[in-house]
Amino acid sequence: MSLRDLIAYSQGLGDGIDAPVFAEPWQAEAFAMVLALHEQGLFGWDEWAQALSAELKRPGALDDGSDYYQCWVAALESLIAAKNVTNSTDIDHLAAAWQRAAHATPHGQPIRLENDPERS
Amino acid sequence: MAARVRALETILTEKGLVDPKAIDAIVETYETKVGPRNGARVVAKAWVDPEFNAWLKRDATAAIGSLSYSGRQGEHMQAVFNTDETHNLVVCTLCSCYPWSVLGLPPVWYKSPPYRSRAVIDPRGVLAEFDLVLPEATSIRVWDSTAELRYLVIPLRPEGTDGWNEEQLAELVTRDSMIGTGLARVPEVA
Repeated sequence: MSLRDLIAYSQGLGDGIDAPVFAEPWQAEAFAMVLALHEQGLFGWDEWAQALSAELKRPGALDDGSDYYQCWVAALESLIAAKNVTNSTDIDHLAAAWQRAAHATPHGQPIRLENDPERS
Repeated sequence: MAARVRALETILTEKGLVDPKAIDAIVETYETKVGPRNGARVVAKAWVDPEFNAWLKRDATAAIGSLSYSGRQGEHMQAVFNTDETHNLVVCTLCSCYPWSVLGLPPVWYKSPPYRSRAVIDPRGVLAEFDLVLPEATSIRVWDSTAELRYLVIPLRPEGTDGWNEEQLAELVTRDSMIGTGLARVPEVA
């Protein structure tokens, strides 16, 4: 999408005063986690800006910014890995477990990690 | 992506680094309480209250904080005032630094590579994309936000608003006018 298209999209949401903040719940959670970790003192805003900027500059980043929160999550992962909080293998495993739990949970019920059929 | 974010939250919670209740509270705040309405109130107050206006020029962080819109990130704020000679435009070329406490979260175009790369080199061209054409004599000053310092544009008060109170004036202040990609709304002539 061109800048003009993005502007048109934004303007379609009104004058911006009451525009929706997040497109999907996971974006809100990812956003909030970064704020919470910063409040905990895990990293400073300059560190965060660098990590996010590195992800946004990666080749393949989309020109319309629609992958912004994907970049946000990737930056969060790289920063907490750098702080030795966790690593991508652990995140991969747990994400797969959540995925399986989601599939195994009947519609309308809360998804719990305990619902992962492969959970040991 | 949802599963991945869940996984991150699970790990960080287990390590005692985040509290799911705190996460919910932050989301709730940003979805319902923090947004450009805060900034609009700051602008309207600056228009009617010369003392606040001067304070905002001198120390925007404190002046905005006095309205309880202080950033939980502790970032510093600078208010940049439009005049007939100078129009201010805010960008974050690095990523998407934005004055969250007064404007909420940035619109999609603010985060996009074309805006971030073009605002500095061709501000007039970018403003034209917003259908904002300024007189040739008006110079455009571009402010590049950083993690530590974020900018709020104070647009010019529209003509025909003499005697208006803060609440009425705040209704004329759009989000884009506080980023510099727009102007405050002109009141409709009744």
